[in-house]
Amino acid sequence: MHFTINGQHHEVEADIRTSLLDLAREHLGLTGSKKGCDHGQCGACTMLVNGRRINSCLTLAVMHQDDEIVTIEGLGQPDKLHPLQAAFVSHDGYQCGYCTPGQICSAVGMLDEAKKGWPSHVSADLTDAPLDDHEISERMSGNICRCAAYPNIVDAIAEVAGLSDEQRQPEREVAA
Amino acid sequence: MRSFTYARADTAEQAVRDNDADGCVFIAGGTNLLDLMKLQVETPEKLVDISRLPLAEIEEREDGGLTIGALVPNSDLAADRRVIEKYEVLSRALLAGASGQLRNKASTGGNLLQRTRCYYFYDLASPCNKREPGTGCSAMGGFNRVLAVLGTSEHCIATHPSDMAVAMRALDATVVTLKKDGDKRRISIHDFYRLPGDTPHIETVLEPGELITHVELPAPVEGARHVYRKVRDRASYAFALVSVAGVVTVEDGRIAHAALAFGGLGPMPWRDDAVEAALVGQAPSDAAFGAAADALFRDAQGYGHNDFKIPLARRTLIATLRELTAE
Ligand SMILES: Cc1cc2nc3c(=O)[nH]c(=O)nc-3n(C[C@H](O)[C@H](O)[C@H](O)COP(=O)(O)OP(=O)(O)OC[C@H]3O[C@@H](n4cnc5c(N)ncnc54)[C@H](O)[C@@H]3O)c2cc1C
Ligand code: SF4
Repeated sequence: MHFTINGQHHEVEADIRTSLLDLAREHLGLTGSKKGCDHGQCGACTMLVNGRRINSCLTLAVMHQDDEIVTIEGLGQPDKLHPLQAAFVSHDGYQCGYCTPGQICSAVGMLDEAKKGWPSHVSADLTDAPLDDHEISERMSGNICRCAAYPNIVDAIAEVAGLSDEQRQPEREVAA
Repeated sequence: MRSFTYARADTAEQAVRDNDADGCVFIAGGTNLLDLMKLQVETPEKLVDISRLPLAEIEEREDGGLTIGALVPNSDLAADRRVIEKYEVLSRALLAGASGQLRNKASTGGNLLQRTRCYYFYDLASPCNKREPGTGCSAMGGFNRVLAVLGTSEHCIATHPSDMAVAMRALDATVVTLKKDGDKRRISIHDFYRLPGDTPHIETVLEPGELITHVELPAPVEGARHVYRKVRDRASYAFALVSVAGVVTVEDGRIAHAALAFGGLGPMPWRDDAVEAALVGQAPSDAAFGAAADALFRDAQGYGHNDFKIPLARRTLIATLRELTAE
């Protein structure tokens, strides 16, 4: 099988059952993406495929041979952090760090979705859904953090999204 | 996971041709199928990859309706302007389901065909008529909190877990398919799912190897208000305990059109003409809404842990109807 991950081409011999997550971790040494539940419930395995965030545990590597795959390693490196990686560091957006690569990849995908104008479950108006803290929490609900570093994760994402304090906590209509 | 052979199809015709034997299944987003294959609840011998089929477009039809390709991801469907503006209940239902990552993968066809979340269905050590016909139903006397109160049989009390399908039922969608012999079929969503009866492992009227190619929505109901209300154990990223999709119009102070479908209550996205008959022609009132709930639950049966769903769904329906008919 052939793959393009983080801009690099790879030829790999792998069992047909190999998930995209196992391909990265076990065959390519890209161990940043984590295996949490292996059932799409925790988000620790989140990668970007053709720019979209997905759970890499719930997809077969063989189905992604012609895709552009980006893992946490491809977003940034210690000497050259992606803005979200830097913001997670400065806001302490983790404790044990196990969910962090998935959180960051998910946040990259999520900010792109928001830029495209995609609404969420908590958007009052589906055609006009600016980001705020509540929106960030809902849109990131596919990433579980066992240490519950959620407030700091939201802080980090809000900073990269360029949200002011007023934008983060607008007055919301409370449903009856 | 058991091993399998793999074929990637580039056209719908090739996909049905490649689906050439028992034990052959299509894989779209894979978010349900692979989950079940990891647990060996499903053990297909061959996967036909349909994820690259050119069926990922949403198109307007001349009659004012929409044709949705079976491979349109749930996230794209939810964010589509035409869907938001004309079929808001569908966007709302999709956005209430799963997570951002899953919606990016989950396909329109795959969502309709996702399997139940009954705990015992997932547990190979427990008897389950849906997984292994004839072994019995562990949920009947077991933990059945999330399971069905409508349309059950003595052989299975599973629910259909989809949010999207509930909205599709309220919108009178039609499922378009391609059969192995090359014939196309159009199946109303109202005829698409089957009650469990004594064959709970057969969930739809699809024939083996039949491919969903599209889902069609008829022209939207003029002037209707749309609501999707989902009640679950946590505020996000959980399956419905109860959900209600409603499309309602009020004219001259009376309910003129009502389409109501329910999730979390039955083995299929549930709809019952008697509920709507109790509403149409009535002035909106809690008495009318209560009569609709009475109609919905006239044959309901709880199984212990899930008894609470009946009063919960009653209140959810009434709250939804208030919202749909508020001035
Ligand atoms: C953690 C988690 C939480 C979730 N929460 C929710 C939720 O809250 N609400 C909700 O509605 N859903 C939820 N889901 C389910 C999700 O919506 C489904 O897994 C998804 O919609 C399935 O689509 P897919 O394309 O991935 O299907 P696949 O897994 O690819 O396929 C599912 C089934 O459909 C068949 N199939 C697929 N496409 C076709 C076709 N075109 N023609 C014929 N057969 C086909 C396959 O053979 C397979 O049997 C959740 C899933 C997970 C893992
Ligand atoms: S309710 Fe249906 S799916 Fe659940 S154990 Fe019984 S037969 Fe199996």
